[in-house]
Amino acid sequence: MADLVLEKLRKSFGAVEVIPSLDLQIEDGEFVVFVGPSGCGKSTLLRLIAGLEEATSGDIRIAGQSVVSVPAADRGVAMVFQSYALYPHMTVRENLSFGLENIRMSREEIARRVEAAAKMLQIEELLERRPKQLSGGQRQRVAIGRAITRDPKIFLFDEPLSNLDAELRVLMRVEITNLHERLGNTMIYVTHDQIEAMTMADKIVVLRKGVIEQVGAPLELYNRPCNMFVAGFIGSPRMNFVSGAIAEATEAGITFQAPHLPPLGVPAMAGKVRAGEQVTLGIRPEHFVLSNDGNGWPLQITIAEQHGANSYLHCTTPGGAPILIHEAGQSRIGRGDVLFAQPRMDQLHLFDAEGRRIELGESEADGRLGAGLP
Amino acid sequence: MAELAARGGHGSVLRFLTRRRGRIRADWSDWATYIYLFLGVAIMFAPVLWVALSSFKTPANLAEFPPTFLPYATETVTVEGYDEPLPLFEVRTEDGGTRLLAQVRRVGLRAQMIDPADPEAGRIVVQVADAEPVRRVLFTFGNYARLLSTSGSELWLFVYNSLFITVAATIITLIMNSMAAFALSKYRFRGNTVALVAILMTLMIPPTVVLVPTYLIVAQFGLVGNLWGVILPTVATPTGVFLLRQYMLTIPDELIEAARMDHASEWRIYWRVVLPLSAPALAVVAIFSILSRWNDFLLPLVVLNRREVYTLQLALASFQDENQIHYDQLLAMTTLTALPLAFAFIFLQRYIASGIASTGIK
Repeated sequence: MADLVLEKLRKSFGAVEVIPSLDLQIEDGEFVVFVGPSGCGKSTLLRLIAGLEEATSGDIRIAGQSVVSVPAADRGVAMVFQSYALYPHMTVRENLSFGLENIRMSREEIARRVEAAAKMLQIEELLERRPKQLSGGQRQRVAIGRAITRDPKIFLFDEPLSNLDAELRVLMRVEITNLHERLGNTMIYVTHDQIEAMTMADKIVVLRKGVIEQVGAPLELYNRPCNMFVAGFIGSPRMNFVSGAIAEATEAGITFQAPHLPPLGVPAMAGKVRAGEQVTLGIRPEHFVLSNDGNGWPLQITIAEQHGANSYLHCTTPGGAPILIHEAGQSRIGRGDVLFAQPRMDQLHLFDAEGRRIELGESEADGRLGAGLP
Repeated sequence: MAELAARGGHGSVLRFLTRRRGRIRADWSDWATYIYLFLGVAIMFAPVLWVALSSFKTPANLAEFPPTFLPYATETVTVEGYDEPLPLFEVRTEDGGTRLLAQVRRVGLRAQMIDPADPEAGRIVVQVADAEPVRRVLFTFGNYARLLSTSGSELWLFVYNSLFITVAATIITLIMNSMAAFALSKYRFRGNTVALVAILMTLMIPPTVVLVPTYLIVAQFGLVGNLWGVILPTVATPTGVFLLRQYMLTIPDELIEAARMDHASEWRIYWRVVLPLSAPALAVVAIFSILSRWNDFLLPLVVLNRREVYTLQLALASFQDENQIHYDQLLAMTTLTALPLAFAFIFLQRYIASGIASTGIK
């Protein structure tokens, strides 16, 4: 068990800079998820930590020791690969013990560890089978078991659930979380699935083009995304963005004006924005209040998705911008209907022209001034 | 498919050989396919079969013209009063019938015959033109017996030499080629494409061209007349390297990375992970190596200059000198020489189809 520090870490493949310069600190025992769209460098970062890629410059420290020039096997990390990378010609038992045989561990100790790992993952009866004879979920367990037997300081998971079907993915998600509870090791988990990130992580690291966009606890990222990228990436379905301008900025708040939409009064601390500034308003689908009295934005329904417990209403603004609204329960609204929706004042996100978050101020953000239209 | 047929026992072999296109009745395309396949089998297999069958012919049968396909021998009969068995003839009599007579001797166009059923009746003189020898298919092992008695212990020496060269060269070939293929497929290093292209370019040079330089090198090492002089120049084959490299490219890199994280040394990765997974391709390379080493003639002819180190192929050639060709022994030995290859094929054949299919040679 150990903490991990990345310092000015840089990686380029030839002329292509994958990770420009990255600093990150991961505490002992944390479950950290690297999340980002494909090609954001999250897997490369994981492989740098594992020692499978050589850093161009910078330092990696595990438990205070620089490991940047230490071979992968001696870093005290174990990796679970996306394809599981089980040795197809070996039985499960041989797969689990191969790494231990390589360090000349005694037979009794190997047997003990393999049994323990197999018991923990409930794969005891599969030990004599070959990977080909296992289902996806079982292979996944064996791959995790192989990491466990090595008793590493840090576990690395590279999109381990992406090859499983949806149902199994939910199960394995819970199992990996439980495993983390039980083992208490530092775990780093790479995924492009923000739901996995939200449900499993102690700390999420959002990456884009090799740059850390934001680091924080899942709900912190959800509640206070520091820019439009994080706001759009975290949360499912995606946050709605409405671009417009500040029509008025007073002591009491600001007025947001989007084309073809009625102006919206937003409570905010003074001095954050000036009138006339171009901004983008972010509202999550679940943060709308529907009204029948004509208050709010008039939105036309294009598609109403009924999920049973939830309804998702795909709407367009009079200006043609798409808006997605989540309604709990079953909705009676159908295609072509016009509804009036009001964003919840305490759940608004405002971003400046560069996409950075504009803090609306803590004290007012409790919905007290959520009066809607002026 | 071959694997399936082999697994299912005799019933399924028959089913395999009479398969049709989906429908119950044979389609015209089934007929066309089977005729085409049969022709292919005939063209490829007939010469082999003829050699094998001819090795069971007597020297007289071999010298016959026109030649026969099956080995025939004249029927003989033992007649009381004669020490040797007499050849049996079918003789047309003047009344138009035929009778079986044994020939005692022949003088010019007449032959003296005797009735084996009634030797007391005395000799009968018959026109040769009226007598037709009675023949039946007979496999004689005389050629093999003669081969073993004349060459005897020498033959076993040739077998040993050929076997030693084939086995040693094949093992070394597999190890050398797979190591080169591993490096060329799994390591990123400066000049790996150049190395691969250079290896493949040697394919363009006919072996006969490099024969003399090869001999000079072998001679410099003092290996002329030594079996290793034939083994060592042939162990690195460009086709083998290429074939194995193409196959190893299909082994996922993650597997090797996983092994690397599992504390496996590069040697262990090669030996415990890459080699076992390359088994089908290795089988193909082994087949090619066994075939070419066993049948190799030119290099052994130049390097192996003493009879004690002759291979079977060289011994075969020695049945043929300026004066005559010993067809009987030559055929017997050719058949014997081809047998080990046939066995090697039978044992490795299930790998060949899958191996060739997955090595990029499609």
